[in-house]
Amino acid sequence: MNLESIPLQAFLIVSSVLFCIGVWGLLNSRNAVRVLMSIELLLNAVNINLMAFSSYIDNNLIQGQVFTIFVITVAAAEAAVGLAILLSLYRNRVTVDMESFNLLKW
Amino acid sequence: MSIAITTQIICFIVLSLIVLVGALGVVLLESIVYSAFLLGGVFMSVAGLYLLLNASFVAAAQVLVYVGAVNVLIIFAIMLVNKKEDLKPINDIKSRRIISTLICVTLLSLLIRVDLTNVWNLASPQNSIGEESTIRIGEHLFSDYLLPFEVASVLLLMAMIGAIVLARRDVMTKDISTGLPVDQELIEKSSEPLLTNKN
Repeated sequence: MNLESIPLQAFLIVSSVLFCIGVWGLLNSRNAVRVLMSIELLLNAVNINLMAFSSYIDNNLIQGQVFTIFVITVAAAEAAVGLAILLSLYRNRVTVDMESFNLLKW
Repeated sequence: MSIAITTQIICFIVLSLIVLVGALGVVLLESIVYSAFLLGGVFMSVAGLYLLLNASFVAAAQVLVYVGAVNVLIIFAIMLVNKKEDLKPINDIKSRRIISTLICVTLLSLLIRVDLTNVWNLASPQNSIGEESTIRIGEHLFSDYLLPFEVASVLLLMAMIGAIVLARRDVMTKDISTGLPVDQELIEKSSEPLLTNKN
């Protein structure tokens, strides 16, 4: 096997698998903190995708890297607000079990 | 990138193994504290993958923001809400697990099929900007991405104020409109004090 660089598909497959692990964790976690961690995994999978495309397809303008910077910014804001919401939920319900947050269930 | 291709491939395999096994650990491990520390490892390895893609600035930002801020925040949240509790059993948990696993495997096969069958229009490596990407990112942020850059700073300010407002503990003792004392039980349920006097 004679390669000049790592194939783009390798990065895409890693990010796909990471995304699916994140979705599984998002659907199956009962601890609210773990749900937030799964969201971070999803965002990282998307970031790997953006970075791989920016390096292999848009390697002169690298707009994907700028997008990744913005995604990291929004992820930091999301984590801060999400954990604040989690704290106030915990203060009101004294649990972090996702199954007990059913106030909006019809 | 000036590293030999064999070294690059070995680094890529090791880093992606750490990412995938770590992500599985984050999702599957019983203890949430282990999950949080594994998440830090996953973030560090993703930063390593960025370095393999010639993106030193984004790798540094990933380490600073994700490992330094988000992961620490998650660990603090775990410390604040860490209570051993017996979860109520759900009667149809098995069918839920099966359905969600099926959905994820289907999504994964779809994504991998797209990854492998699509013909990617790869750019030639000759006009690659290589390791000068930090300069180009700076040019982007202060010319054609100036408006998103400024909006992001407003977003960070809003998130900061929002997090403080949501997580603060002291509440008003008087209703602003009527002047009557507020029923604190409505706002905050009384809970057991965490530190009990042992004497």
